[in-house]
This record gives sequence, structure tokens and C-alpha cells, in this order.
Amino acid sequence: MKKEMESTVKNICRDSGNDKIHLLDILRRVQNQFGCVSDEAIDLIAKSLNIPRVDVESTVTFYSFLSKEPKGQIVIRLCNDIIDRMNGYDKVAKAFREELGIDFGETTKDGKISLENTPCIGMCDQAPAALVNGEVVTYLSTDRAREIVKILRLTGNPKKLVQRLGDGNNAHELVKSMVQNNIRRAGEVVFSLAESQPNIALEKALAMSPVEVINEVKTARLRGRGGAGFPTGMKWEFTRAANGDKKYIICNADEGEPGTFKDRVLLTELPDRIFEGMTIAGYAIGAEEGIMYLRGEYEYLYNFLEATLEKRRKDGLLGKNVMGKKEFNFDIRIQLGAGAYICGEETALISSCEGFRGDPKNRPPFPAQRGFLGYPSCINNVETFCAVLSILDKGAGWFAELGSRGSAGTKVLSVSGDCQSPGIYEYPFGITIKKLLKDVGAEDAMAVQVGGASGQMIGEKDYDRIICFDDLATGGSIMIFGPQRNILEVVDYFMEFFIEESCGYCTPCRVGNVVLRNYLQKIISGKGEPSDLDFLQKLGENIKAASRCGLGQTSPNPILSTLKNFHPVYAAMVREETEGLQPTFDIQAALRDSEAITGRKSVLFIH
Amino acid sequence: MDKPKIATAALTGCFGCHMSILDIDDRILKLIELVDFNKSPINDIKEFTTRCRIGIVEGACATEENVEVLKDFRKHCDTLIALGDCAVMGGINAMRNTIPLKECLEEAYLNGPSVYNPEKKIPGDREIPLLLDRVYTCSEVVKIDFKLPGCPPSADTIWTALVALLENRPLELPYELIKYD
Repeated sequence: MKKEMESTVKNICRDSGNDKIHLLDILRRVQNQFGCVSDEAIDLIAKSLNIPRVDVESTVTFYSFLSKEPKGQIVIRLCNDIIDRMNGYDKVAKAFREELGIDFGETTKDGKISLENTPCIGMCDQAPAALVNGEVVTYLSTDRAREIVKILRLTGNPKKLVQRLGDGNNAHELVKSMVQNNIRRAGEVVFSLAESQPNIALEKALAMSPVEVINEVKTARLRGRGGAGFPTGMKWEFTRAANGDKKYIICNADEGEPGTFKDRVLLTELPDRIFEGMTIAGYAIGAEEGIMYLRGEYEYLYNFLEATLEKRRKDGLLGKNVMGKKEFNFDIRIQLGAGAYICGEETALISSCEGFRGDPKNRPPFPAQRGFLGYPSCINNVETFCAVLSILDKGAGWFAELGSRGSAGTKVLSVSGDCQSPGIYEYPFGITIKKLLKDVGAEDAMAVQVGGASGQMIGEKDYDRIICFDDLATGGSIMIFGPQRNILEVVDYFMEFFIEESCGYCTPCRVGNVVLRNYLQKIISGKGEPSDLDFLQKLGENIKAASRCGLGQTSPNPILSTLKNFHPVYAAMVREETEGLQPTFDIQAALRDSEAITGRKSVLFIH
Repeated sequence: MDKPKIATAALTGCFGCHMSILDIDDRILKLIELVDFNKSPINDIKEFTTRCRIGIVEGACATEENVEVLKDFRKHCDTLIALGDCAVMGGINAMRNTIPLKECLEEAYLNGPSVYNPEKKIPGDREIPLLLDRVYTCSEVVKIDFKLPGCPPSADTIWTALVALLENRPLELPYELIKYD
């Protein structure tokens, strides 16, 4: 057995050219083969790749899809995101526990099935959902959970769980998934691509000089669709101007922000166009290589995406002399992630592409100067590449006219939560929350979380505000909470999420978020005092100011935005305690041990 | 003439912070002009006889009696100051917080190498206050208005803080008074 493992691991490493850049791929394969990456395997990999053992081990322990302890042949990862919780997560979780006879984090005695929780898997519009190995199962109920366990026990094959295929390319033979697209409103920029002629934009771009392409994007005033809204043309220009033998274009398809699932649909329906957009970007910045960083949760799309790339290669749209353009060589590879929210942050994403832990890097230097392997790199969101196509198709002027003043074009929103029609909506920037709520069937919404966990929660008084980079910015996530929901519990969930996903590098983020949550729970339990609210505010601001990357810079947002927009909810939960003991101090509980040991009751605190 | 009243107490600790109070040397004469001492080990007044402007507490909260004293101070003082590391953070006492209380007491009274205890009993006399399950900081037990860290805080720190409070001025402690290494 040991010998067998040795040769298998060595072969896996050799397949990847014993190149440490592919460490993450190697680890994923070893994990799939053996159900874990054991200490022995870590030794072997370190030796084969000629890197320190600790680099391998720290990478294994960083990603949630990798483990040193053996997992079952099948791993059920039930999504415990807030939206799933609102849609019956508890009952489904109970059904899985009962049917399997194990708790979360455990494996059945026969070593066949493990049960785990996972944060948002990008299926909020069809929650509750779970990943079974790579397979996605959606719209879970207690009956369905029991049935899933039965099928898995009987067949051992997660593929058998898919009974009815989803719409569009979800039914493609290389996807064969039950996921539904739920496209509710196709807009002018992104989903109109489905009707436009493929590769016309690429042809147009190649007829221009790279600088002209960049100028076109700049004229269109396109800003990054990941949420931060950095001007895309400027980013391309910086990367083009930077010194480097090689340059890289990277597509960020790691949408991990709770409540975001638009890229899932774009990757399913428009993969060819996304790669076309990457090719144009590659031409514009002078890159020969592109990387699509695909989140591990979307592994079910991997073969389909690879086939799309292969077809483009065959059609001369990738590879040497793309579309006959002399000296423009460009190809794309897909890097699969392994379950880490932080890897959506661009510098962490680069670390992950390099094969290691998804640790954010210091900025400056920005990726445009020193990115992937130290080469100038440009990282854009999936949707940004789609927008580039429309700009070249229909003209920068047309695009710039769409949307609001500071935010040209449209935004693809992924709407979930307490509404009649959760799904994908593409609107020109500038749409009010009120209009959106009307369209999705949620006019009674008590609160709307714009921009995912790291965004902000707004209440009714702000429903006239608009979605755009200068008012309510979002990477696409819109989560709606009806009047029956407890705002503080939602906030508590978001804090739990950030604590779990913090990489642990900066103390303000690693420790501060825990302290924030402790105070929040003190308030939720009715033991808070007014000064706790000031403390939350101050600590939240400190964490934002003192953290290195976007995670810590935004993690206090759920608390800070609700303190601002839902202050009465907090105020009703706290009271001033000037005399007597602190409400959090329980004298009886503190004396219990002593009374048991000495065998006598307290005379000072009689009960 | 009504001078502001001050009360002080030592909970579980070494009494070093009170020593540090006395360390203000001849300024104690000036202090007497400024304030009257009420309940305090310095004058051995055992119970509050009046409401006080300022209460100063040193030591951590480790026993039921400590809780009682703290409660009493909170009730009788307008402003409550936690003085020194034990009061602020638990200090040395809090080292026991990683060990269950039962194990601590068994080591002290039954199993320790130098223990002579033929009855094999952990003391439970009513005169001995019960220990709490762990050591608490003062602010975990009652609301604390100000915290002066230091082991002990120097006499100058205490003096500066007290005078600022009595004169209702913001407290400005120079760097030397709040650096502890």
C-alpha cells in the first residue's frame, strides 16, 4: 500500500512536471485519490518538487477542500450560508445527520461518506444546496437529503444524484448538472452577447493597435465588475506600461462573496465569450498567457470550460498567431481553487495561482507592476471581460451612455433571500433599490444586504438610493431579508463567516473580528450596555484601518452598517447597568465549583 | 468644609498598588488637604459611612468576598478606578485560569510535595471565602470607569491621575509613566 502510494504520488508530481507552481493541482489530485494528503504524501510531494515540507503542509492546511485527516470517499458539503439557513438548512442538516448517523466533521464508520459544512457555494437562488464531491445538489428538503444518502449508499456515485438536468448549458453533456440558471432579466451588455456574433469583437480588436483597444475601453468608462470598480482601461494601461519579460491576464472566477452567483451563470452560458474577452485583454496588455482562476466549488464546470478552450485552440482562436494575427500568441489555462474565500482578493488569488497558500501580498507593488511570479499581471472579473466584448461590438460611446454618471454600462446582480424570484438580473447602473425590490417581488423587505457580507446592510429609508460604484457598490450580491428576520442574527452569521475565512496574518483581523463577534453576542443575549455599541464602532473602524487586505478592511461592515442603519435594533437590546454586578457576570455559576469542592453553600450569595 | 471622599480596597493581589499610593511621599499631605479618606486599609475604616466621589480598587476578583467588596464599591462610589494589572487584567492570579479549580485546590491542600494534611480535606470553613471558578478582572464583575495599568502603577501615575480627576481635567500621562518594559 505504501509503495503504491509512493509511486502514485510521484507520478502525479511528474505529470505536473514536478513544478511547484502546480502544487495546488497536485494536492487536489492526491486528495481525490487517497481521501487526504497524509504526512507521508506531504513528504513525497516536498521531495519531488524540491521545496520545503512546510510549504506543502501549510498549503494543505490552508484550503478547506484539502485535509490531512482521511475523509470519506464521498464528502457531502452542506452550504450553511445565511440564505440557506433561511431556507431550511437546519432541518436538512438534521436529516443528513440522522440518516448518516454522524455529525458534521465526521465520517461514517465504513469510511464511505463524510459530512461537512461549507460557506456560500454560489447557489443562493436554489438554496439549500450542497456539494457532493464535485456534484451540486440544490433545492434540498429533508426527504431529498434522506434520498441522497440512500442513493450514495447504494451506488457510491454522486453523478446518480442528478435526476433532472438544469436549463441552458447546465444540461450540456460535459456539465450534466441540476443547477438552474434563473436568468430573470437579460440586459443590454452582458446577456445580449448571447445574440451577438462570436469573435467579431476579437477580430475588431486585432485590427486595432493594443493602445487603441485600451483607449476604447477607457472611452467607455468601464470599471471593474468585481465590486471595487477600478477603471479597467487604466489597469490595462498600467500593466501594458510595466516592465516585464512576460505579462499575465488573469480572470477572477472565484466569486466567494456570500450571495454572489452571477459568474456561475456567465461561466455556464458565455464561457466562449469570456475567453474571447480574455484574449482581447491579453492582446491589449501584451500577454501571451491567461489564467482563469475557477473557484473549487464550480469544479462541475471544469471539463466544459476545458472543452471550450480546446475548441478555441482548434479554431485558431487561441495558440500561435491568434486569428492569423502575426506575432500574437495567446493561450489560457484554468487554475482550480480549493475552497478559500480570501482567494477572491487579487493578491491572494495570485499566491494561490503560484501554488501556495492564498495569502494576500503587500501592495504596492500592485499586481500591474509585480503580480503572478513577479510578472506584471492584470486581474479582471468574469463580467468585466463580457463588458469589453459589448464595448467593441457596439462602441464605446454606446456603452458610456448606459448606466449612471460615474458608472457606465450594466451590472449583473445575483438576488437571493426573501423574494419571489431569486436569480440573475442585469440592469443598467443607477437602478434604485426600490425598483429592484419591486421587480424581484420583495416590496416588504425589511433590510437589503448590498455587496455580500463585506458590503452594507440598508433599511427602508435608503431604498431610494441607487446601485452604482459611487453610492451602493456591489460585485453582484443582493440579499433580501423580510420582516420576519432577526437582523442581529444575520450580522452574527456574517461575522462567523469572516472569522472562519480570515487568513490570520494581521492581528486586527484575526483577533479583532472575534472580539467584535463576542460583543455582538453579548448584545444579542440581552447583556449588552450602551457603551458596547461605541466599542463596536471604534473597534470596527480600527480593524478596517489596520488590516492589510480587503477582507479585514471590510469584515466589520456588517456591524458598522447595521449600527448606522438599524440603530434602534441595537438600542433596544442594551441597557445601562450602573449599580450591581455586570449582566454578563453570573455569581452563582462562578461559585458552583467551589461549593461542590468544599461541600458548603456560599454565605454571601445565598440562593 | 466638604472635601471629596475617597475609598480604596485591595482584592486578590499583593498590596503593591497601595504601597505605590503611599509612595507619593510628602504629597500625601497635599492629598489630605484635597480629599477625605473613607473606607480604606490606609485608615482602617471597615465600612462605608458615606457616598464617595472616587473608589480605587487594586487586585483581581478571585473570591466571593472580592465580588461583595466590588459590589459595595460600585454602589457607594461615583467613579470607580481599577488600579494596577491585577485589577485591570487579572495579573499573576489569573495564571490559575488555565487549570480547573479542583486541580488547583488538590495540588495546594492534598497532593503538593510539602503538604501535611492528615485529614485529607480541602478547607471549607465558613470564615474562608469561597473561591470563584476562575479569576475575573474587575470590569468583568462590575462597571469600571477608569483603568490604570502597571505593576504597580508608579506613584507619579497615581498622583497625576487622581489630581486630574479631582480637578476635572483630562488626564495626560507622559510617556515615561505609561511605558512598562
